[in-house]
Amino acid sequence: MAVTSALYRRRRLGNFVLLVFALGATLFGLFWLAAILGTLLINGIGAIDLAMFTQTTPPPGSAGGLANAIVGSLIMTAVGVVIGAPIGLLAGTFLAEYGHYSRISPIVRFINDVLLSAPSIIVGLFVYQLMVIHMGHFSAIAGAVALAILVIPVVVRTTEDMLNLVPNSLREAAAALGTPKWKVVVMVSYRAAIQGLMTGVLLAIARISGETAPLLFTALNNQFWSLNMDAPMANLPVVIFQFALSPYADWQRLAWGGALLITFAILGLNIGARALASWGGTRSGA
Amino acid sequence: MVDSAATQSAAFVPMRTTTTSAAPAALAATADGEQVKVLIKDLNFYYDKYHALKTVNLSLYDRKVTAFVGPSGCGKSTLLRILNRMYELYPKQRAVGEVMVDGENILAPGQDLNMLRAKIGMVFQKPTPFPMSIYDNIAFGIRLYERLPQAEMDERVESALQRAALWNEVKDKLRQSGLGLSGGQQQRLCIARAIAVQPTILLLDEPCSALDPISTQKIEELITELKTDYTIAIVTHNMQQAARASDYTAFMYLGEIIEFNQTPVIFTRPEKKQTEDYVTGRFG
Repeated sequence: MAVTSALYRRRRLGNFVLLVFALGATLFGLFWLAAILGTLLINGIGAIDLAMFTQTTPPPGSAGGLANAIVGSLIMTAVGVVIGAPIGLLAGTFLAEYGHYSRISPIVRFINDVLLSAPSIIVGLFVYQLMVIHMGHFSAIAGAVALAILVIPVVVRTTEDMLNLVPNSLREAAAALGTPKWKVVVMVSYRAAIQGLMTGVLLAIARISGETAPLLFTALNNQFWSLNMDAPMANLPVVIFQFALSPYADWQRLAWGGALLITFAILGLNIGARALASWGGTRSGA
Repeated sequence: MVDSAATQSAAFVPMRTTTTSAAPAALAATADGEQVKVLIKDLNFYYDKYHALKTVNLSLYDRKVTAFVGPSGCGKSTLLRILNRMYELYPKQRAVGEVMVDGENILAPGQDLNMLRAKIGMVFQKPTPFPMSIYDNIAFGIRLYERLPQAEMDERVESALQRAALWNEVKDKLRQSGLGLSGGQQQRLCIARAIAVQPTILLLDEPCSALDPISTQKIEELITELKTDYTIAIVTHNMQQAARASDYTAFMYLGEIIEFNQTPVIFTRPEKKQTEDYVTGRFG
């Protein structure tokens, strides 16, 4: 009995030590997250006013806002998603539904993983070579293409994972009715996985909406209001980058405001994606 | 078509009785006046290199219920999945031999799989309602083959649900998700979905193994109802179910049909000791 209780005490001690380390690491991580959000709030909240949403980026020393950058970011993100998401969805569908026994599937999956972890600045340089040099100037469409290339691997991965969660028995049941394969995919697999697929696209939007490097080489920036896809376009990340590095106090103030805006937008997207995923989970579990 | 299948089998019986040992057992049950709907001839099945079914010879009779019993892994489900060529969904699975349905070899190359599966419905072990409304679950299959005006579609959906003894329970919530039904209701929904496309053969792969006794009873009653119109093959692990719900029973073991006969014969005076041991619960 004495031996047992000594062993028991040691186990309890071990448990306690591990718990302290785990808690400490969690608190350490959370502290920095809170510190970043807090600093952003303190410095950025003062910059958020109506002018930020209605006026364009000012020259140093005069009043202005971020309207052109906000709209530019929205446009390029939207176009990037419109180009990238369908390609990602189709490629993910191939991997999960058609290519199960195909020899090229592991290759596609591997290349996609490489793309998923490729530094975004490389993607920016690639599109610079591919489009900007040939077109002779920076443009919003080049920026959107660079963002699309970042969207694809995220959507491919989530699409494949979500479709793999659809039970095979459902596909068999559809096939047993004499349903053609494409209809099984569209009417049954997609419907069963719709929340997951949408979550993947939301996560991809969150991923690209803060990207700076690929836009620096493609869309560059624009001091003025512009909706022309064939011309340089302002966007939040690059504006934040330029304004934050500038020596002008009012530019720095706008950079803080923009950073706060973009951070909370991404936070909102992530929370939305989580909510959507868990809502889907409870619904299909019912 | 039906006639030619019957003639073929008639010519086929005396020939087989003199060959392999499994064959006479498989065909011993040929009773008078019963038409052969499905005739399985020298069927072998392979999962890659594994020989899962060994020279199976068997007849399924028109508008009769045939039960397949036997220990797990004996090939019952495999046999069922050959009848609608479900195995084709997976590579490295192949069937060798002949399966004549209404006189046509469904294993022949060039067979339109979707049309075949429209003719031969299947219900699985786990209920598999599609993620759509109860109504759309039924209409889904019908829409694959027919363009119907709304009123006619409503009628077809209702009659399928009536046939599956589910109508009274769901008629007020046809627009709700099929996933919201209980397990037993979901399974009847799947049966309704299968019969809505008007097949002639129904394959039931352990349809009650995930259900409670009351739902099981309902499904069994339904099987008895449905056999007036359909040829039914059912795989079951439940001996009582086979005894209650089927007209013919095939006992399978290690990929072979050990004994095939009318159900009362199998359960009261089987020819083989192995069969008797299994159906009385002494083995398996």
